[in-house]
Amino acid sequence: MLTVKELVEGLGFEAIELPDPDREITGGYAGDLLSWVMGRAQEGDAWVTIMTNMNVAAVAQLTDVACVVFAEGVVPDKEAVLKARLHGINLLASRKGVFEICGEIRDAMRLPGPEDNEYAEPEERA
Amino acid sequence: MSEALHYHFDVDGASFANAGKASVETKKLLRQLGVPPEIIRRISVAMYEGEINMVIHAHGGDADVYITPETILITLKDVGPGIRNVEEAMKEGFSTAPENIRALGFGAGMGLPNMKRYSDDMHIDTRVGVGTTIELWYHLT
Ligand SMILES: Nc1ncnc2c1ncn2[C@@H]1O[C@H](COP(=O)(O)OP(=O)(O)OP(=O)(O)O)[C@@H](O)[C@H]1O
Ligand SMILES: [Mg+2]
Repeated sequence: MLTVKELVEGLGFEAIELPDPDREITGGYAGDLLSWVMGRAQEGDAWVTIMTNMNVAAVAQLTDVACVVFAEGVVPDKEAVLKARLHGINLLASRKGVFEICGEIRDAMRLPGPEDNEYAEPEERA
Repeated sequence: MSEALHYHFDVDGASFANAGKASVETKKLLRQLGVPPEIIRRISVAMYEGEINMVIHAHGGDADVYITPETILITLKDVGPGIRNVEEAMKEGFSTAPENIRALGFGAGMGLPNMKRYSDDMHIDTRVGVGTTIELWYHLT
């Protein structure tokens, strides 16, 4: 089991807002198009994104992700941070790239390989 | 649905500051009522997409939630421009969102498909120049 706090401590992510440090991370999703995230991200995911506006907070809240990780050194808007604080959403940040962050989180979770995990290729992808 | 619990939300079309508020409020409400989490998730996703569409494409509108022990109905009603070709609008990837909206992360053309996927029944009633009403139905039993 991996908590958001362990992610911050273990991987050196910056904690922008950490209202729910003991929240468990059960998966991950990376993406910036909000309708994709809405439709695909699962409860308990670490959501890695470079989108920084306040709609990120609403999507995080409605999908029940465990935390948002802002990648590539992007900085969330003030409104997004305020909204997250108000609604108890964990916001983390890292200067690393999306690919690297996802890899590190996956390693930290010790998830099995792609052959036998539930995140199969979406059939839409050509 | 005469004995339904009814909740109404004004969806402000003027800014993004409160976009998603009706959906977030509804989610809280359904939690309090003890609706199963999987259904709450489906409603949250679909209602948010409808709410955002009203903000982006139709200058806001009204969101209403009707709850009975058997059924939940969400209606999203606007007096915006209407949808010219519903079949086309329902296709994944179809979007008329302008560049400034895309910069915010919208405009993937996935909203209406998400609403369809995350509801048990969806009805679109739209007329160009008059407005759009979308019904999202959920069967609890
Ligand atoms: N309430 C509405 N009033 C008028 N047009 C609408 C409305 N909702 C959707 N549309 C039209 O249908 C298209 C497809 O909607 P859909 O929600 O699938 O995608 P989008 O809003 O453009 O992007 P996304 O939802 O992925 O952010 C829109 O681009 C718009 O042209
Ligand atoms: Mg949309």
